[in-house]
Parts: sequence; structure tokens; C-alpha cells
Amino acid sequence: MKKLIEIRNLSAGYEDNVVLENVNLDVFSGDFIGVIGPNGGGKTTLIKTILGLIKPICGELILHISKTNIGYLPQVNQIDKRFPISVFDVVRSGKSDSALFSSFHRNTAEKEKAESLLEEMGIISIRNKAIGELSGGQMQRVFLCRALMNNPELLVLDEPSTYVDNNFEGELYMKLKELNEQMAILLISHDVGTISFFVKTIACVNRNLHYHPSNIITEEQLTSYNCPLQIITHGNIPHTVLKLHDEHERHEHTH
Amino acid sequence: MNILIELFSYDFFVNAFLASMLAAISCGIVGTYIVSRRIVFISGGITHASFGGIGMGYYMGINPLIGAGIFAILSGMGIQLFSSKGKVREDSSIAIWWSLGMAIGIIFVYLTPGYAPNLMSYLFGSILTVSAGELWLMLALAIIIILFFTFFYRTILYISFDEDFARTSELPVNLFNYLLMILISLTIVLNIRVVGIILILSLLTIPQATANILTREFGRMMVYSVGFAFIAAFIGLLISYFADIPSGATIIFTQVIIFGLVKLIKY
Repeated sequence: MKKLIEIRNLSAGYEDNVVLENVNLDVFSGDFIGVIGPNGGGKTTLIKTILGLIKPICGELILHISKTNIGYLPQVNQIDKRFPISVFDVVRSGKSDSALFSSFHRNTAEKEKAESLLEEMGIISIRNKAIGELSGGQMQRVFLCRALMNNPELLVLDEPSTYVDNNFEGELYMKLKELNEQMAILLISHDVGTISFFVKTIACVNRNLHYHPSNIITEEQLTSYNCPLQIITHGNIPHTVLKLHDEHERHEHTH
Repeated sequence: MNILIELFSYDFFVNAFLASMLAAISCGIVGTYIVSRRIVFISGGITHASFGGIGMGYYMGINPLIGAGIFAILSGMGIQLFSSKGKVREDSSIAIWWSLGMAIGIIFVYLTPGYAPNLMSYLFGSILTVSAGELWLMLALAIIIILFFTFFYRTILYISFDEDFARTSELPVNLFNYLLMILISLTIVLNIRVVGIILILSLLTIPQATANILTREFGRMMVYSVGFAFIAAFIGLLISYFADIPSGATIIFTQVIIFGLVKLIKY
């Protein structure tokens, strides 16, 4: 197993507002880490720091791979959906390390790569559509294609299941499981119930980071650092235990 | 038809024609970037801040457009600096530069002894009095813009669409942001003579909005915008000449009519 990223005693945030404090995390090749935690807990700050978009306040971030070897799928609401750009160009932008002087190259390999990714995701038919004409699921597929353009060693996804239907959500996670055979994955989600069936390990982020070297978390672990989330266990049949708002009520079982 | 040929025998009309063509090229391309990236308000701030330079130009007895250029570039940088480093909210930062520039301009025009000639032409434009020297500058700018946007088309497109993602791909985002800000400033300043400070935002937004009805592709939007800007400028120029009404305002009126027609046809 190759170590891809080391985070040591890292604090990060915006201006005077520290969002993450004293975080430690190692990411190895083959990892599939689900990053969970409450809104505002620092999940997005964590990956933006890893991507170099936010400078750490203190601590260390060591990348053993180049920055362009990290594929990134941002939150959809970060994207201007009315921007005049076609699906094909969005996907090609994933290979933007070659963009600088690309106007006079033929970029055949780049175009073929983009086409084969669109084909693989089943959205080659919408390649000439504008980004604003797509459904939520289609848009996530396009951004996944873009993130994969560089054949990354690490794929970072920020809430890829927002604005998509349940059908696509399942499809997406199956796809990620498949991709995990070739690359490490860091997946942010608020939907602990679903991702726990797919991820291998879990990092719970709420100002601090607690790493669980399995995809099973117990209620004690969650409540011990204020992760007011759903609770997941694995039985013969995967099931989720929803914690009720009232502490004294019985736990409700759902599938 | 004869009357058109006759018009083109006048130097001032040929100059006006060339000015509208060159304005269409620079404003069409740069405006597409401005509209796509939603920085119309920043552009408005730069435009009005440049009035400070015009006032100082009058006062110091240099070409007001040189003063306007310096003020435009400084305010463009200043807006970015205020909001990124100075922790001022961006729209507030724009408003500060916008009004500061206007205030400086008004004070220096007032302090300039005697009457400030052509002041109205900077405020409202005067395409029929564009000089040959200004035309050469506009030509140089048009060529620089065409080359820059052709050569760095994908870089500009990717940075505009998703700046964070472009950063993760290690594109020189900050450098391009500043270069493009300088190009916006120069475009605004050199086109002030065509439609004036008060109205120049229209050249940077209405043809683009019209083009955007027909296409949702960045490159095509630039080409269509240049086309619409040119058609409107030429028709507006003719109407203003024959009806003897102000050219800048007529050009903008024509742009809006074309926008309405295209919208109606596509509806």
C-alpha cells in the first residue's frame, strides 16, 4: 500500500474562523474513506485544504502524489449552471494542465479520453448540450467524467448525491466501488446510511477528525464527539438504525 | 444606396464606421467574458472610476484617456485587492471605487480653469469625432484581444467556468484574473469615446445577452456578440446621423431593439 497523503496536526479555516483543529489523517492507495459529519463541521474545508484551495493555519499536509493526480468533484451548488459551456468542454477541462497552449494542438488523445469517459457513463448522447440543460444526475456524471480525465490516483467527491434521484445514487455508488479498484476515494456525504455500505472506512469530521478503520460505527462513538447522525451497523441484511430526536424513545429499524 | 456611398466619402464617417467595427470586436469578446463570469458590476465600477482619470487629465493638461486608463486599471486591481485582502465585501468594494473615481473626476473638472472641452463626449460618447490616433489604439487593442482569447481560449474558459477546479489543475488562475482585468480596463477606456462612460456597459452586455439567446457555447457567444454589436453600432450610427440625435444613445437603443427582436423570434 502506497501512502498518498499525510495530514499532521492540521488546523484550517477562513479568516479568523478556525473550522478544523488538530486533524490527523493518512490516505493510502486502495482506500475508500467516507467523510461524514454535521453541516459546518469542516468536511468541505478538509478536502479544500487537501486540494490546496485553502492554506492550512498550522500543521502539515504532505502530498506524495502531484496535485493534478487528484480528481475533484465539487459540490454542484458551487457551479454556475447558466455558464455558456458544453458538456464536452466541461469534461475536457479535467485535463486542464494541458490547456495553457492548447489552442494550436489537435489534442486527439484528450478528446478520445473525454469521449470514452462519456461513453462509459452512458451520457455520450448529451455531449453537445449546454451544462444548464442537464438533470441533476446527468450533471454529476459529467463532473465525475471531468474528475477522471487525468486518471487520478485519488478521487475526492463533495456530496455527489445531492440533487440526484435514488436510482442514480445507487448507480453512482456502484460505479465508485468499481473505480476504487484503480484509485483511492475520499467521499463526503451527509447521508451516512447509504455510503456505509460502500466505503471501507469512515472519518467523522466535526472540528476534530475521528477515524474509524471500518465502516461500522457504534452509537457511543458517534455521540462521544457530537456527531448527531444516523447510526449504521451491518447485519446479514444491511440495515440502518435511525436515532430518534428523543433520547428515551426506542430505536427505529428501517432498511 | 447612393447616400451611403456619399457618406463613406466623408472622413469622419469612415472613422466612425471603423470605430464601431473595432468597438464591436473588443467589446463583443471581452463582454462575453464579463457576462459569463458575472462580473458586470465590477466592470461598471471600473468604468465610472475612470472618470477620475479624465478629470485629472483635464486638470494636468494631458490626454484625458491616459488618465482614464490609469484609473481604470488601478480601480480594477483595487476592487480585487480590497475584497480579497482587505476583507471588504465585494459589492461594497466596487461601490467605493465607483464613487471615489466619480468624485475625484468632478473635483478636478471643477478645478480646471476655464471650460472643459469635450467633457460631454466622454460622458455620453461621440463616435463621429473619433480621431485617427484613437482608431489606431482601438485597432491595437482589438488585435491583442483576438490573439489573447484565441491563444488562451481553453485556459480562460476553464478558469471562468470553475475557478477552484482550475486551481486544482494548477492553471495560473491569479495571473489570468489580473491580465483579464487589465484587458477589461483597456477595453472600457478605449471605447469611452464611442458610447461614453454612462452607456458603455451596454456594449459589454446587450450584444452578449442577445447572443446568449442563440447559443450556450462560450466561443460562439463571442463571435455572435461581435456580430450583434457591430450591426447595432452601424445601424445606430446611420439613424443618429440622419435623425440628428446623439450617436451613443441611438446605438444602445438599436441594441435593445435587436435584443427584443431576437428574443421574439426565438420565443
